[in-house]
Amino acid sequence: MVATRRRFLIGAGGVVLATALPDVSAHAQSQERAAAMAAAIKSVAGENPLQQGRIKIESPMTDADHVKAIHVFTEKNPQPNVAAFQLGPRAGTANIQTRMRLADTQLVVAVAEMSDGTFWRDEVEVVVTMAACLEES
Amino acid sequence: MAAAARALINVPPKARRGEVIGIKSLISHEMETGFRPNATGQLIPRNIIKEFVCTYNGVEVFRAEFFPAVSANPFVAFTTRATESGTITMTWTGDNGFHASESVAIVVE
Repeated sequence: MVATRRRFLIGAGGVVLATALPDVSAHAQSQERAAAMAAAIKSVAGENPLQQGRIKIESPMTDADHVKAIHVFTEKNPQPNVAAFQLGPRAGTANIQTRMRLADTQLVVAVAEMSDGTFWRDEVEVVVTMAACLEES
Repeated sequence: MAAAARALINVPPKARRGEVIGIKSLISHEMETGFRPNATGQLIPRNIIKEFVCTYNGVEVFRAEFFPAVSANPFVAFTTRATESGTITMTWTGDNGFHASESVAIVVE
């Protein structure tokens, strides 16, 4: 079947509708999700204060001063945790790359735990045009 | 499901002592989230890799814990300091008894 322009427009309209429908309860849900993310972060950092910034971590990565762990969280995914990385002075740099799924345009938060017991947090807004983790197979 | 997973790891074959080397790892795995419905509306059970560990001559140098939000075919790139010649081993473990391991030799001069 030839995909005409009209057919494409109908298809595109369907996608907009499908993504708009869940928005009815989106407000309550987003508060719930934000709370879930806060709880997940608390499970990592405890009651320690989170200092803003510094997630582009420049650390000498020595025994005395290094990054112990980096945790990644999301606000609107079904589960706030994404990944947790444990490093040490042998890592040389605190530089990690990975790939993740995002359900929607949302904040992605990284929390770094330093060897001196401080926690640092930074976040970035990521725009998502197609959700990857809830679609039907 | 229990088919042998294909893992690709990239470690420089040679390094100078003390040099910081980049390591890349990729493993084929569907990373089924457990949140997706199938055609009949039932949730597909979760099947993910939960843990990734890298050891350098038996000493753990890097560990990652994965949650369902990590993409299919998980890719992780990180760094480590080349201390001595030997073997770098990466191990992935996950749901349904998933276990995969890959080793590579490194020469440090």
